[in-house]
Amino acid sequence: MLQNLTLILPEMILFLGAMGLLMIGAFSKGDSTRTVNLGAIAILALAAATAGSFANNAQATAFNGAFVMDSFAALMKVLTFVATGIAIIMSQGYMRLEKLARFEYPVLLLLAAAGMGMMISANDLIALYMGIELQSLALYVVAAINRDSLRSTEAGLKYFVLGALSSGMLLYGASLIYGFSGSTNFVEIAAAFQPQDGILPMAQVLGLVFLLAGLAFKISAVPFHMWTPDVYEGAPTSVTAFFASAPKLAGMAIFLRIMMTGFENALVAWQQIIILLAILSMVLGAFAAIGQQNIKRLMAYSSIGHMGFALVGFAAASAAGVSSVILYMTLYVVMTLGTFACILSMRQDSGPVERISDLAGLSQTRPFMAFCLAVMMFSLAGIPPMAGFFGKLFVFRAAIDAGLYSLSIIGVLASVVGAFYYLRIVKVMYLDAPADEVNEPMPRELSILAGVMTAFTLLFFVYPSPLVELADKAGAVLMQDGMVATDMLQEHLAGH
Amino acid sequence: MGTYHAIVFFPLIGAAIAGLFGRLIGDRQAEYVTTGLLILSALLSCISLINIGMDGGTQKIMVLNWISSGGLDIDWVLRIDALTAVMLVVITCVSSLVHVYSIGYMSHDPHRARFFAYLSLFTFMMLMLVTADNFLQLFFGWEGVGLASYLLIGFWFKKASANAAAIKAFVVNRVGDFGLILGMAAIYFSVGSLQFDTVFDSAEALAQGEFDFLGMTVPMLTTICLLLFMGAMGKSAQFLLHTWLPDAMEGPTPVSALIHAATMVTAGVFLVARCSPLFELSQTALNVVIVVGGITAFFAATVGLVQNDIKRVIAYSTCSQLGYMFVALGIGAYQAAMFHLFTHAFFKALLFLGAGSVIHAMGDEQDMRKMGGLRQLIPATFFMMLIGTIALTGFPLTAGYYSKDAIIEGAFAAQAAPHMFGFAMLVIAAFFTSFYSWRLMFMTFFGVSRSSNETLSHVHESPPVMLVPLVVLSFGALFAGAAFAGLFVGSEQTAFWAGSIFTAADNQILIELKQVPGWVVLSPLVMMISGFALAWVMYIYRPSWPSEIAAQHDLIYRFLLNKWYFDELYDFIFVRPAKWLARFFWKGGDGFVIDGFGPDGVAANVLRVTRRMVGLQSGYVYHYAFVMLLGVAGIVSWLMLTGGLS
Repeated sequence: MLQNLTLILPEMILFLGAMGLLMIGAFSKGDSTRTVNLGAIAILALAAATAGSFANNAQATAFNGAFVMDSFAALMKVLTFVATGIAIIMSQGYMRLEKLARFEYPVLLLLAAAGMGMMISANDLIALYMGIELQSLALYVVAAINRDSLRSTEAGLKYFVLGALSSGMLLYGASLIYGFSGSTNFVEIAAAFQPQDGILPMAQVLGLVFLLAGLAFKISAVPFHMWTPDVYEGAPTSVTAFFASAPKLAGMAIFLRIMMTGFENALVAWQQIIILLAILSMVLGAFAAIGQQNIKRLMAYSSIGHMGFALVGFAAASAAGVSSVILYMTLYVVMTLGTFACILSMRQDSGPVERISDLAGLSQTRPFMAFCLAVMMFSLAGIPPMAGFFGKLFVFRAAIDAGLYSLSIIGVLASVVGAFYYLRIVKVMYLDAPADEVNEPMPRELSILAGVMTAFTLLFFVYPSPLVELADKAGAVLMQDGMVATDMLQEHLAGH
Repeated sequence: MGTYHAIVFFPLIGAAIAGLFGRLIGDRQAEYVTTGLLILSALLSCISLINIGMDGGTQKIMVLNWISSGGLDIDWVLRIDALTAVMLVVITCVSSLVHVYSIGYMSHDPHRARFFAYLSLFTFMMLMLVTADNFLQLFFGWEGVGLASYLLIGFWFKKASANAAAIKAFVVNRVGDFGLILGMAAIYFSVGSLQFDTVFDSAEALAQGEFDFLGMTVPMLTTICLLLFMGAMGKSAQFLLHTWLPDAMEGPTPVSALIHAATMVTAGVFLVARCSPLFELSQTALNVVIVVGGITAFFAATVGLVQNDIKRVIAYSTCSQLGYMFVALGIGAYQAAMFHLFTHAFFKALLFLGAGSVIHAMGDEQDMRKMGGLRQLIPATFFMMLIGTIALTGFPLTAGYYSKDAIIEGAFAAQAAPHMFGFAMLVIAAFFTSFYSWRLMFMTFFGVSRSSNETLSHVHESPPVMLVPLVVLSFGALFAGAAFAGLFVGSEQTAFWAGSIFTAADNQILIELKQVPGWVVLSPLVMMISGFALAWVMYIYRPSWPSEIAAQHDLIYRFLLNKWYFDELYDFIFVRPAKWLARFFWKGGDGFVIDGFGPDGVAANVLRVTRRMVGLQSGYVYHYAFVMLLGVAGIVSWLMLTGGLS
């Protein structure tokens, strides 16, 4: 029992912290938003530190194998919690100016973070579903947090309806899987999902596909991406920044874990699906973004495209592949948060502006902001020596090593097309005549964050090894995990 | 290291200093450096000519091993023999005088350092050409002078006509160069070497050899000679490839004097003389040379009759005189050709520089119809031009008299049909030469002035820096013939040329030309006098006649004025089809096919795909849900079809 509690300590901290802050918010007199915000940031930092302390521990399970903690989970949790914390920091000024500052927001984000922690550590279909729903419910609410705005409420509603649909699919898939394996535990599912002569029974595949669809929805992979542009555009920008970062990390983490452990033997079936999702996401992300005028909508397609690139590494289904996905997601989150730090600074005295054309001539009016955004755009486009280039390099290398040549070629071509819309933003900022649409100064916390992210993106190539080593270690654990599972299976069979 | 290195490399050093550091050291310094180095080079050349004239023989001075690749081994060697020495003197002397003259002529130009750098670069390249010991080295100089010529014709690059002329000169020369390259390739193919001595030693074998070309059998030596001659025709502006030379007058006048009168255009003559061991063995090639030379001499002289631009008259005169030289080469009198090249360099440079002086005095006016009566206003220039004119027309005892008459007599001496054709052409051309030369003199310096009073008030004699070169050249124009006739074509010629020019055993042309009938000897003189007389009648005695005659024979007049319509003809035959083809490839090939299906097409398709993808995002939740379900259905069906299921 004690071990159970130790392993879920980070999530416990988040739950209890959320409850405590809720109390403070509800019962304190006057506006407690600032206090709750700071408390939430502190709690996230604490949770991240606690999660980080598990980084070097051997894999351990709790609650009869429903919950697993290993260095992969530890790394992903730290990243997720830190990303959530940064999202809260970035939201403060924006929410205040938009008159949306409410103490419920950080509390909801804490609950979402707890859900994401659960997801990342899930080793059982029930635990998985619980984590996903905990996260999603919080996200539905924050999407609609600007309840006086038609677009924000519409975004929240759409997200909720489609999220419910995806949950339904996921549950349907889970029930099929349970029906065929007689267990909800990933390790035992792996034992049941064994292709005979390279072929998986149809019903098993159906279960797998529905489960996949539910998970793909979370990382907005095409064709389960439709909610993304509308929600990104409709939700308040600070919420969008959050949506684009932490939940994607957590979604990708559980996606990786379930496929690498639960369905490690059914690789033949899911690898094709992942390849398909990767291609569709990269291509749609690249092409559809070109037609966008709104920068938040553009970032939605950008995020879809980047999920496609991450899935390229995923499709390699190797330790190097998993490692490259972790690295890619990390760099993606840094670039996305850096970009949103700039987007959140796009303001006039009358309010926020969101059109790309509003950035015209930014290099002359706001040189620092323009520089940060330009670095982010170059990095997102994958231009060396920015960090984004290395992310792409690693995923493509993993894919090439796995023999996925056509996927890699399509990916590279898609990134060429995608480079257009990133570079167009740089062109608008540096070559167009100033439109003077963005005339409010950049808030201090945003400029610090943007500066840090820019420096990281710009200088990642100087000393990339710490992050690469961490990703390698986490990737190796996940793949080893599968081997452990196989060993257990053999023991199990031998026992009978 | 030694004298010859100095002669050859001084101009290059000058060009490098003026070209690279001209802005640093200033225009004046650039002028002095280049001019000073060239004068040194010219003095050394004169000394070396005297040495060569005494010693004879061929010297070879190794500079470096240039190319060593497989079977191709080419050394950069300075080959100095009598032929080279003559050319060295002509080039460096005229070039140094032109440098000096340019200090005055270009004094108002803002880009003098560049001009002098080009001039010196040209001189270096020309020296490379004449000191070559193999065809590749010669080709390097050949292309180098082409480049310098291009740069100098287009020196005033803000003038559209100058740019057009520069391009025209370059392109027309490429046609000739194509022949030269093919000739070199044929030589390398058949001999396996490009070194002059090796090639010339195998001339006999080549004369026996044959090429198989597209099923035809063609004689080896004649083919090579004709291809080389094609190169010479381009560079020396012979008939059919002559169109660039008159246009090249767009360049500054000193350039016309140096490049387009005295030196570069004679490179073709030099090439044929250098290759005399090859040409001597191919009568066919020699006959072609005679005919082309004769036509050129005649054609250019006829056009020169009616031109009104003072420089163009002299340009056509140059073209015509080059024709004389080629006839001399064709009849086997290479020495006479070189002699005429030598004397021509002096009096033609003199005429050009004199014309430059006139233009300078008239405030950049080149149209002779707006001149007249300048004799009293610029007497020194007039006097120099007069010397140039009598030398050109072959007035007895002047330079032109010796060299030109030797050619005309030589052409008669052989008695064969092509030779007689050449003879007839040259005699008629001599008449025309005299007429247009005196016409130029009369229109420019005699009669009443036809220019505005305002222009006249500014007319001034050129400064000494421009007149001194004229004086030096006029000495050459007067005495070079008498002084060198003996050495070049007279009794001492065998010792002088010392084997640098090859003549077959049965080629006794230089002796035979002394034995022609008296009327042949007199004919050039008669022609000169009658040309002078006619010019006098038409432009002094009856100044109204020219326009009346032009009106009466309008067709002929316009035919000549428009240069036999060669530019129009070439425009129709070559330029327009080439432009049409280029346009076709540009618009159709590159624009439509490559851009259309390449960059532009891809970009347009990207936008189309984008529009479609953006269109998918309808905003309706049920559409979105439908897409999700469709996705699941699609994946399941796909797995079914590809065999993921059982």
